[in-house]
Amino acid sequence: MSNTDVVITGIGATTPLGPDVTSTWDGLLAGRSGVRAIEADWAETYDLPVRIGATLAEEPTERIPRVQARRLDRCEQVALIAAWQAWADAGFELPSDEREDVEPERLGVSIGTGIGGPMTLLNQDDNLEQHGIRKVSPLTVPMLMPNGPAAHVGIELRARAGVHSPASACASGAEGIAKGFDMIRSGKADVVVAGGAEACIAPITIAGFAQARTVSTRNDDPEHASRPFDVDRDGFVLGEGAGVLVLERADHAKARGARIYGRLAGTGITSDAYHITGNHPEGIGQVAAMREAIEQAGLTAQDVGHVNAHATSTVVGDVGEAAAIRKALGDHPVVTAPKSALGHLVGGAGAVEGIATLLAIYHGVVPMTLNLGELDPKVELDVVAGEPRKTELTAAISNSFGFGGHNTALLFAAA
Amino acid sequence: MADKAELLTGLAEIVEEVAGVAKDDVTSEKSFVDDLDIDSLSMVEIAVQAEDKFGVKIPDDELANLKTVGDAVDYVAANSK
Repeated sequence: MSNTDVVITGIGATTPLGPDVTSTWDGLLAGRSGVRAIEADWAETYDLPVRIGATLAEEPTERIPRVQARRLDRCEQVALIAAWQAWADAGFELPSDEREDVEPERLGVSIGTGIGGPMTLLNQDDNLEQHGIRKVSPLTVPMLMPNGPAAHVGIELRARAGVHSPASACASGAEGIAKGFDMIRSGKADVVVAGGAEACIAPITIAGFAQARTVSTRNDDPEHASRPFDVDRDGFVLGEGAGVLVLERADHAKARGARIYGRLAGTGITSDAYHITGNHPEGIGQVAAMREAIEQAGLTAQDVGHVNAHATSTVVGDVGEAAAIRKALGDHPVVTAPKSALGHLVGGAGAVEGIATLLAIYHGVVPMTLNLGELDPKVELDVVAGEPRKTELTAAISNSFGFGGHNTALLFAAA
Repeated sequence: MADKAELLTGLAEIVEEVAGVAKDDVTSEKSFVDDLDIDSLSMVEIAVQAEDKFGVKIPDDELANLKTVGDAVDYVAANSK
């Protein structure tokens, strides 16, 4: 490892499988599903064709004090929960102007979200219509703005090197991490708290995805609805959650004796220039992103032993990615599709799945893909099914591809 | 017209609900910003709830002059029916 490598020293998450990384990772290994029936009345009131979602395992208000929580959109709440966990996991002192482990001017934040706080927008719009302006919360704008999650994390952790919030739909979390990587490599920061968050399960978002024919309608069998790479897949399941990683320059981490999970060795970002929701049929952008990450890491395709696929369980998307993985890497990598268990966390996906990829290397085991009754014959890959696969890894790639043609590949490597 | 002790209690409940300051800490001489650490956004919320609870109007330019808890109690006492 060289002094200027970017390493990961802390991880945090709150997901449909559990309120922290340990419960989420254990859930992935145990083959649990975070997909459940939506309990709220509105699914029936609006006669929605989709009545399932991957809702958080634990309500954020179990962890955030009431007075603070009332000033935060749900998306901001999950980002803060994940960020504080990652911060503590990295062994940093509580933020203060006297702390010595990292200077505020050398600490950055980069937390992406697909949409920010639409729940606030909807609720406050209702207030305006039903009760007039007096009942509109003065915190409406800070709660709904998409930079809100990153900004709150930056304020609480006292980060002065810049707070960023990339938005690229389903690739937002991965781009958040890639941007953090760049901040350290360019010398702008020594430590960056990076990741993604999303919490937008609501009538209009479900309705919107349903009308675009992108989500599963397997309402009578929620746990089996998210089935990436399976012949019977019929769309993704909308989820909510956040993942945060503490990225740190290697020499900075070693100087304070931090535990190092692994390296973020390369990132690849490309764009399809094709269609606002569909991926390019030949997957050239996806292939290029994976190749770019490998080249940046100074590795070869053969070195990449595992791919944590984006695979959302859509009919078209999954096979497109499978072909791209084969083209970029060959058929040797052990592949898994965590959205089968977690659902699609949109802005949170790239980060939570990035953490899963890192842990696969760290623990030497790849969780299985749920609901693989029959692998689609067009998916000519070694997809882990049935039970986790123990495998020693030196490098792995996590893919995230967003509506609009955003392709991001994060390459993690053993420390 | 409610007596000032009742108004103070009522206001303290609102401040606790909006800003999390313990009711017993909301005393007349305390400054909202400097002593109770309440920002301008919370002040707007407190004002709206006080308007509803006490049946007064608190225009923005008047709100700006209410520096202490005592100022707010005095204002409500002077302006409620």
